[in-house]
Amino acid sequence: MKSLLTSLLLIAGLGCLAQSDRYTEAMKKNLALFGTAKTTADYQEMANNFERIGDAEKTQWLPFYYAGLSLSTAGWNDPKLDKDANSTRINALCDKAEAIEKNAEIYALRNMAATQEMMVDPQTRWQTYGQQASAALESGLKLDPDNPRLYYLRGESVLNTPEAYGGGKAIAKPIFEKAIELFKKQQPKPLYPDWGQARAEEELAKCQ
Amino acid sequence: MFSLFEIQKIKGQRFKKLFFLSLGVFAFQGLIAQTPISGLIKDTKGHPIPGASITIKNSFDGATSDSSGNFHFSASDTGSRLITITSIGYRPLEQSILLGGNALHLDLQLKEEPNEMTAVTISAGSFSAGDSKRGAVMSSLDVATTAGSNADITAALKTLPGAQQVGEQEGLFVRGGTGEETKQFIDGSLVNNPYFTSIPDISTRGRFSPFLFKGTVFSTGGYSALYGQALSSVVLLESIDLPEKSEVDASISPLVVGVGTQQLAKDKKSSWGISYDYVDVAIYFGLVKQTPDYFRLPQFHSGDANFRIKTKNGGMIKYYTTFAYNQLGLRRPDVDSSNLKNAFDLGNHNWYNNLSWREYLNNGWKMNLSASYSTNLDDINQQVQDGNNQPRYYPDSIFWMNNKNFTIKNRQDLAQTKAVFEKKLGGLSAFRFGGEYWYNNNPFTFQDTARRLQDNMVAGFAESDIYLTNELAAKIGLRYEHSSLIGKSDLAPRVSLAYKTGKDAQVSAAYGVFYQKADNAELFYTKNLGFTQATHYIINYQKMTVDQIFRIEAYYKSYKDLIKTVPINPFYFNYNNNGRADAKGIDIFWRDKKSFKNFDYWISYSYLDTKRDYLNYPGKITPDFAAKNTASFVMKRFFTDWKTGFNLTYTYASGRPYYDFLINNLGKYYIGDNGHAKDYNTLNFSAEYVPSIGKKNPKTFVVLFASMSNVLGYNAVYGYNYSFNGQEKQAVTPPAQRFYFIGCFLSWGVDRTQDAINNNL
Repeated sequence: MKSLLTSLLLIAGLGCLAQSDRYTEAMKKNLALFGTAKTTADYQEMANNFERIGDAEKTQWLPFYYAGLSLSTAGWNDPKLDKDANSTRINALCDKAEAIEKNAEIYALRNMAATQEMMVDPQTRWQTYGQQASAALESGLKLDPDNPRLYYLRGESVLNTPEAYGGGKAIAKPIFEKAIELFKKQQPKPLYPDWGQARAEEELAKCQ
Repeated sequence: MFSLFEIQKIKGQRFKKLFFLSLGVFAFQGLIAQTPISGLIKDTKGHPIPGASITIKNSFDGATSDSSGNFHFSASDTGSRLITITSIGYRPLEQSILLGGNALHLDLQLKEEPNEMTAVTISAGSFSAGDSKRGAVMSSLDVATTAGSNADITAALKTLPGAQQVGEQEGLFVRGGTGEETKQFIDGSLVNNPYFTSIPDISTRGRFSPFLFKGTVFSTGGYSALYGQALSSVVLLESIDLPEKSEVDASISPLVVGVGTQQLAKDKKSSWGISYDYVDVAIYFGLVKQTPDYFRLPQFHSGDANFRIKTKNGGMIKYYTTFAYNQLGLRRPDVDSSNLKNAFDLGNHNWYNNLSWREYLNNGWKMNLSASYSTNLDDINQQVQDGNNQPRYYPDSIFWMNNKNFTIKNRQDLAQTKAVFEKKLGGLSAFRFGGEYWYNNNPFTFQDTARRLQDNMVAGFAESDIYLTNELAAKIGLRYEHSSLIGKSDLAPRVSLAYKTGKDAQVSAAYGVFYQKADNAELFYTKNLGFTQATHYIINYQKMTVDQIFRIEAYYKSYKDLIKTVPINPFYFNYNNNGRADAKGIDIFWRDKKSFKNFDYWISYSYLDTKRDYLNYPGKITPDFAAKNTASFVMKRFFTDWKTGFNLTYTYASGRPYYDFLINNLGKYYIGDNGHAKDYNTLNFSAEYVPSIGKKNPKTFVVLFASMSNVLGYNAVYGYNYSFNGQEKQAVTPPAQRFYFIGCFLSWGVDRTQDAINNNL
């Protein structure tokens, strides 16, 4: 009888171990898809996978973050995607992630969602969505002043703003330089976001 | 099943080994208990839904439906579980299934969830302007940069179809309605005196700057039960919440100087602001000759203040107040005698206050409370003067001249409160109800006779937005009103429907009954006047994408119980409700920002056929404020390289009828003379130069603005005034052929967003 009880406890313990390990495995498996996904359908499937993991885990913000990042990637790649609907879903995922932990990475995601909505019609949407995008950057920097992705996104926004409106290569350049400096210093925990350096370097090259 | 027996067998082995082993066992267990699940996901019309997420609740197992709606995966859990299906635009579906190793096939149907982005909107009758997601017809900036508007909201709205080009009187004359039939509301509260006080034959500006508002809805008919006391139209102005940043502003021009500031708290939860403007036309009138002889030059002082507080739950408390004083005096030739003049002298004080509180309550309830108080005092002195500007007096027997000598002191107070409660009913459906109370106080002194009108008005309303599907929506409402002054009540039903006919395209229809009290000018004579009434029928087709809008709307409007004048003697009138009218027409609107790069234009056309029998009209005739054809062509082009924008507006209105109404021996009105004024044409121009664009964090933001109305120098005639005997007529024309404006707007402010980055570089 005693041994039976021990066994039950053991199973319970093993179960937990296996559970968290299962989480890591599932995350790794889906993160690997970032390398192979091509179509919007691929990214939406990834987003669904990540969201499923997040919903089941309940205490991890990363799955929701990556679900949002998948959709965001689809948004950048697919000019025909309905940006308003896509961004609405990204923001809903950000809300779920923030209910677990509020951090700079989620604000980076919100920045991209707002930027994509703004670019649908920059002239009329600049006031609302441009503002939202900057506010997200600002809030993110308050939480983590050395977040390289926020600097990278800021650089992108400046680079894509016409010179006449306070943008342009000259102004973007030091921002990308700062971003790369921070990228080099970053030491992300396992599974934490680490994307952006290569892209920042490409953009910096454009500014030369 | 994996059993305790196995664990017991390996008991005693080293932990590490056990760990690996059991992992293997777990995996093995997974293999034997896998349940293959496949299925097909469709919408209610049987179309496959791609991209839907299928999940065994609280597990990682699931799949995404492919382009033909099919999915398949294997579930490793066993027993009774919930499977959930989610997809954007559809209601989530949850179903219980039994996982036991036997393959499952599920054919599932998702119901559409009406969502703001794709759902049909009720658009019959209403033009929304603002920066909302739904693709407004006009943005707040459009109001300022529409040539000819000179940042006057009403002037900009006149470039939309449905509104008449009435130049001799302020107000929006909508679809055969008078200017008084259009009411303006700020954050839900009626504005009693939205324009500067009327001056004979000159239209005055609105009191409120377009930059106070983030959204404007111009409804040309069929509007919501939340609004009443307007027979034709409502303009709903929604004030901005918090400013984007703290700043100090100044404006300098030969006509106006102003200073102001907006201060946003560091936590961005509250703000306050004050401003002051002074208009003096002395320099301008010295340069640009005016037809009337101004013996008191127009002067305007106005100041305003506001505070706004964001509440914990994301609600807003806003207060806005403005105080204005203005004066002017002008002389014009008298129509009855060529050597006499009419001198009109006006002093006006106006104080307006608006306090509103919008709050999100529990369980999907939302609350809008508002209160406003305004008081407006007009001091008017009208005199007949001779060649030396000395007053001339007449005996009662020469009443037509004697009537032109008078003084008026008119005070209008309005206090009101309004409460609206709204409950979301899932999807976009909502139910709202509420009530309002208005207290009107109008002491009025004409010559030596003092009169006073007081009215306690209550209204109650309920309305529901019902989204049957994404494609079909209805708005049904009912409004009740009671006026203590006339002792009458009314009940006004309002219904609108919208049906989505394709991507971006929809058809809407609206029906509604609208009531309005008689004007106080008539109620001073008799309180025995019922509500006037209008019934609207509207059908509308709209196709709207982000950068193109096409709308066509047909309407029929029937009026009854309009006010009729019954002459008793040359000094006294009675009024009754025997008037009636109808109006029908077509409004077309096309806006395009896409076809030509950096070029934005819109075209409005209105066809109006209306006949009206009211006031002193001898029968049903086309009213003198109604033009059959009206069109506007608005163009805007911004040149980034030059940092300059150019705007042109061309407006056409066919000539309006004019009449001379005389009274015959039987005390009945008849038409002594009539005709059609010539067609109205005007081409307005404006330009803005924004040199600060492109400067990195400019300390000073500068906008130079210049405008010129009626560039082509067309001589407009709005109508004619007649002498008492009907022998002479005098054209009603604008006070000057052209209006010029040049000004410099400066603002100093810091956008802290960029600081955070720049400080770290």
